[in-house]
Amino acid sequence: MQIYLPIAEVSVNAFLLLGLGGVVGILSGMFGVGGGFLMTPLLFFIGIPPAVAVATEANQIVASSFSGVLAHFRRRTVDLKMGGVLLVGGLIGAALGVLVFNYLRSLGQVDLLVRLCYVVFLGIIGALMFIESLNAMRRSKAGSAPRRKRHTWVHGLPFKMRFRTSGLYISVIPPVLVGICVGILAAIMGVGGGFIMVPAMIYLLGMPTKVVVGTSLFQIIFVTGFTTLLHATTNYTVDMALAVLLLVGGVIGAQIGTRIGVYLKAEQLRILLALMVLAVCGKLALDLLLMPSELYSIGPAGGH
Amino acid sequence: MRWLFIMLFTLVCASAQAEEVVLGLSQDRVQITATFDGDEILIFGAVKRETPIPEGDPLQVIITVAGPSESLTGYRKARRFGIWVNTDTVEVDRAPSFYAVATSARWDLVISDTEDLRHQISIPRAIRSVGAPMTISDAQSFTEAVIRIRSMSDLYQLREGTVQLDQQTLFRTALKMPANLTEGDYATRIFLTRGGRVVAQYDTVINVDKVGLERWLYDLSRHQPLTYGILSLAIAIFAGWSASAVFNVLRQGG
Repeated sequence: MQIYLPIAEVSVNAFLLLGLGGVVGILSGMFGVGGGFLMTPLLFFIGIPPAVAVATEANQIVASSFSGVLAHFRRRTVDLKMGGVLLVGGLIGAALGVLVFNYLRSLGQVDLLVRLCYVVFLGIIGALMFIESLNAMRRSKAGSAPRRKRHTWVHGLPFKMRFRTSGLYISVIPPVLVGICVGILAAIMGVGGGFIMVPAMIYLLGMPTKVVVGTSLFQIIFVTGFTTLLHATTNYTVDMALAVLLLVGGVIGAQIGTRIGVYLKAEQLRILLALMVLAVCGKLALDLLLMPSELYSIGPAGGH
Repeated sequence: MRWLFIMLFTLVCASAQAEEVVLGLSQDRVQITATFDGDEILIFGAVKRETPIPEGDPLQVIITVAGPSESLTGYRKARRFGIWVNTDTVEVDRAPSFYAVATSARWDLVISDTEDLRHQISIPRAIRSVGAPMTISDAQSFTEAVIRIRSMSDLYQLREGTVQLDQQTLFRTALKMPANLTEGDYATRIFLTRGGRVVAQYDTVINVDKVGLERWLYDLSRHQPLTYGILSLAIAIFAGWSASAVFNVLRQGG
């Protein structure tokens, strides 16, 4: 069944979108990530204009994150105070990101920026995660589990604050900076930024792993919600019909994925996720490196 | 006295054009609904004449349908620092969002180059590009690229010999409109030619509109973007909440 998307102004198969939403939802439920980093490139591949794909994907992430965060609230694994601090940074970052996005859009380079962001970040995160989980697997086979409480430069900064749920007493500067970075990425890449936020919270801020996912989801809801509003009011690129189709598939898939995730080991999950991230990264990198079959493209007027 | 003069004047004009188009359309509106999947419009008509069919070159028919014109930017990629990026841009001042040309015979048989230039019938003539910067010497290749890209998605169609013409009087053609149409007034022109010269022209308009939900969403997003954005968020929050709630019930039930 073909559906005409009112904002994207293209006609696509409704079941294809539901299926895409479902598959990405299952993966995101399994791995505890938003899935935006997979969905946005997939939307490019099926011919949705990049600007619409990015803005609409932000809207869809609101739905999947909200669905996820409810479960974490029930388990009391959300650090609201840390979430709030991250959020302050996130909102500033999102506003900056939309500004950058609009500026590059007027230059006709937004496509390149989005793709470059994907290649760089997916490459770094994927490689780190792959190495880290290989090491973890080797360690768990050896049987030793080193647990260290590091004291790094992060702990020497001013404006300290106590985060009870996370059991931390640290400066607010690193969380705000992390928030800003993730906010910018959310706006430019149409992702929640969970795949950057989660490692940053664990390795940079030293938060306990059990509160990381819930807290990250909590703040992602607000950042992507804010991004959606900014894109909707400045670019008019949020396609509600597209978002609804994706999120119906997405929220159902996410719930199924969470169930599947229970049966897999954490290291195995992380290695699978790392491989998937690297695969998407590789595909996008090839597109940039190989000569495209069509050198020309058309964009709306007003560029220059 | 004045009335008589006007009537005489009209008569003179009418007789100056010996052959006229009487046109019918299977529909003069295309409605883009939520399940819009392209449309087919039947364009048919007859040639009205008071005199016998003129001797000499046979009558030919050209039908063009043009979507609303817009200016756009063409980009060309080149290799920079090892990756392919957009390096050159050319403004195309005016290019129809959709353009279809159907003819009753091979292109060089139906119209001469000068007449094509005057009436801007062929696809390259329907596109105007003057804004190329000095650094780009081959602005023509950008126009060609626009045609190539749009032809691939059936937005530009040149359909030679698809107008059926009977007895030099009755003509008809079926026009396929693709699913990725934009809305607006689609100017429809019918040309009658003899020996490559246009002998009569008839203009009409096909309206393409979003209707129903499509219309409502589009208007809302343009006129009240904030409401639209909040509504999108509300739907997302509700979907997220309901999925979580439904699966909770299922789990507790199962």
